[in-house]
Formats: sequence, structure tokens, C-alpha cells
Amino acid sequence: MAMTEHEIFDGFAATVEEFAEKPASDVTPEADLVEDLDIDSLTMVEIIVSAQDKFGIEIPDADLKDLRTVQDVVDYVQRAQRSSVGA
Amino acid sequence: MNAYPERVVVTGLGAITPLGDDVASTWAALLAGQSGVRKLTESWADELPVRIAAPATADLASMISSRQLRRMDRCEQLALIAARQAWQDAGAPQVRADRLAVSVGSGVGGLGTTLEAYDTLKEQGWQRLSPFTVPMFMPNGPAAWIGIELGARAGVHAAVSACASSAEAIGYGMHMIRSGRADVVVAGGAEATILPFAIASFAVMRALSVRNDDPERASRPFDKARDGFVLGEGAGMIVLESAGHAARRGAVVHAVAAGVGYSADAYHVAQTAPDGAGSAQAIQRALADAGAQPEQVVHINAHATSTPAGDVAEAMAIQRAIGAPASRITVSATKSMTGHLLGGAGAVESIATICALRQSVAPPTINLEDPDDEIISAGIHVSAKPCEFRTASNPAVALNNSFGFGGHNVTLAFMTP
Repeated sequence: MAMTEHEIFDGFAATVEEFAEKPASDVTPEADLVEDLDIDSLTMVEIIVSAQDKFGIEIPDADLKDLRTVQDVVDYVQRAQRSSVGA
Repeated sequence: MNAYPERVVVTGLGAITPLGDDVASTWAALLAGQSGVRKLTESWADELPVRIAAPATADLASMISSRQLRRMDRCEQLALIAARQAWQDAGAPQVRADRLAVSVGSGVGGLGTTLEAYDTLKEQGWQRLSPFTVPMFMPNGPAAWIGIELGARAGVHAAVSACASSAEAIGYGMHMIRSGRADVVVAGGAEATILPFAIASFAVMRALSVRNDDPERASRPFDKARDGFVLGEGAGMIVLESAGHAARRGAVVHAVAAGVGYSADAYHVAQTAPDGAGSAQAIQRALADAGAQPEQVVHINAHATSTPAGDVAEAMAIQRAIGAPASRITVSATKSMTGHLLGGAGAVESIATICALRQSVAPPTINLEDPDDEIISAGIHVSAKPCEFRTASNPAVALNNSFGFGGHNVTLAFMTP
């Protein structure tokens, strides 16, 4: 599965709206997951699990420290989708 | 007279029960003698010897956001809804955070979550568990959620004593105010265990009624044909407040939380002592704590769960503790209508006790078609119809009994303001 950046962004915004306390309109590319979207550690787990399902990729714990903003997530998902074989 | 410097009053009530989504509808249903017991329609019930229960029928999804619903066990959801009601009923008082506390118990907490998570772990692996699994199953979860929402910093406490949990939680809340640790305490309890596992566990003890073909007549405390209790679910919360704090803000006072009496049977892990000695002590201690005489008691909300042994033991305990005045007191067994709310029972029944005291009417004990001879010989007055009483004594006292598996006895004494 390889989605467009726009599809990934919309999909992630919907996930954030579902699990965090923020409306999708707050989800801008520069928004910091912790500072701007108030996503605590437990909510992050929920979001990551949902994102893995939605985008058909794995997101190991070790990679989470690099995911600071929404754009970081979108870029990560795009790279992971392109590199996964027969997804 | 109460010797404590800080008298404790009740300024808010909230409940969500098998009889109604709030206190008003629950109380109206109690007075009308309605039953909250029904047939279980879920397919899992077909495999069980007991196929009746008293569920809370409220639409929780319309009361709590989907996000919160997903992060809370049903027991926590019920607790939070009831607490919000009680808080609003009290007028959402202005209280300093370090003077506000929560004391909310549950028998087993988030059992539903535990069972579901167990299956998820087996079938899908650990990563599929909700990260909120622990906060959902921990028995202090209900108390914690309420404390967080209200910003309570004086202390958040969670009593665990089976069917006496929420009564104990209320007693603890009273002590917090008396000892000066808090001005306002949201106190009560919740339980949500209408689950195959819980029904099976109680059924194998032969503790539950098997009157599956006639659900509304299955819970029949004090009646000759009683054959066990009916499992119910729900939550009850009351706002306890120091009398001074309530007076200064012009709060409406529902009743005085005048006394609490505790005792323990030290007898059996699931049966109450047959002579009712431990229960009688709890009643006596509650009266002494309230500085009240048996003659002032106008009403008792019995624990009476509709078990053959328990109801008789309680009747004897009441006779032992109260003596001759017992014949003039109307005893109500509201579990005849609500079923047994376990950790939520003490609080919901305290609310019923307070409503009875306010309106001078004891709710009926339904299904009382042929009172047990031992109840009659114990000199206990129970009625299948609501019964008005005159509060000749001033102040008048109403008692609420809660006796839990393990021999935990708690009696709460409420007084007219």
C-alpha cells in the first residue's frame, strides 16, 4: 500500500481526532504532538497502534523519539510504505 | 449530641441504577414498587444456571464522550456519572482543592476490563491491549477518575469490603471531615459485574436466585420463598460536607450524616454470623456515634439480600441492637427492587435512606407475600407497600445496613437536619 502524502496526512489527522482531545483542524503539519496536541504517553500508544493498522506499517518503539511533529509522522509513514514489500 | 467539632451533612446526591438514570427516577421507582430485575437476553446467559439480573439501562454513550468511554471500565463510567450528578446537586460548590476529597469504593473494580483484556492478550498478543488497561481494572479507578475531574487534592480513597464497600467509603469520608482533613468529600461506590464470569462465580456458591422464569419476583428479602440474591449494577454518590462549610455557602442540606458503626464478624469468608452479633454491634456503634437512642430510629434500610440465612441474621441483629422500639420502625429491603449492587449497594441504599427520611416514607419491600416466621418472631416490621412514618422524635434517625462477604459490617446513621 503506498498512499499519497495528502491521504496519509488526512488519515493521521483523523486518528489524532479520535484518540486525542483535539479536533482535526488543530492537526497542522508543524504541530508538535506533545506540546501542541497534548498527546500523553498512553494516548501515543493508542495512536501508534491505530496508525500501524491504518497505514499497514510497523512503528517500533525505538523510532518514536524521532516523531515530534505531525509532518515527522507523515514522512515516516510515507517512507515505511514505500519500503515495505508487497504491502 | 455529636461530640465532634465538625458535624457532617449531606448536600448532594447522585445515582445511576437498575431503576433509573438518576436519583429522582430511582426514588420514584422505589416508592412505586417497581422491579429492575429482568431476563438476561445475551446468548452467554443460556449456558448459566442463573439467567436474570438487574442491569443499569442508561445509555452511557449519551452521557460520556466516546474517548472517555473507551478509557474507562463500565464501573468507572457509572461512578463518574453518579458523581457528576451529586456534584451538580450540591451546587458545584467552590472548594479549595486541598480541602476537597473523594472516597469511593468498589467490590472488584474493572472486572469486565480484566476479562476482556485477558482474551485480547491470548488471542492477539500484548500490543493489542489498550494502554489504559491497568487504570481500567484497578479498583481505585472509580475514585481516581472522580478525583481528577473534580481536582480533589485532600485525598482520594477507595474502600474495598465487598458488599459494604460504599458504606465504608461514606464512613471514611465522614471521618475525613470530622478530623479536619477535608471540608467536602464526594463519597460512594460503584459496581458493574453483570458478566458470565461473575454470575457463574456467585452461582456456584448457590448464592443467587434461580427463579429465571419470573425475574421480577426473584428478589424477595424476608419472604419464605427467597432463594438467593439477584445481581445488580450501578453507582451511588453523596456529597458530604462540614456543616459550617455548607452553612456559609447557603447549601441545601438533605440530611445529617450523624454516625457510622463498624464491626467485623470474624466468622466465615462468605457467610454472615447466624446470630447477627457482629451486625448488631455495627448498628449499636452507629447509634452511639450519632449520639442517638434506639427510640429516635424511624426507619432502617436493611442490607437484606434475599438469601435464606442472611435475612434472618439481620432481623435478629436489628432486634438485638434496637430492642423494643424495633416494632415501631419500618424496615425496607430495597434490594427487592434494585437487586444487589455489591460495591455500589451501600451508597445507593444510603440515598434511599436519606430520601425516605426527607419524605417520611419508607419504600416497600416488594415480593413480600409470606414473611418468614423468624422475621416475624424477631419483631421486625417490614411492609410490601410504602409506609409513611411520623418523625415524632427530634431529630429522627434512619439507619442503613451493609454487610459484606468477609464479615465486614457497616451501619450508617442519618438524621433529620
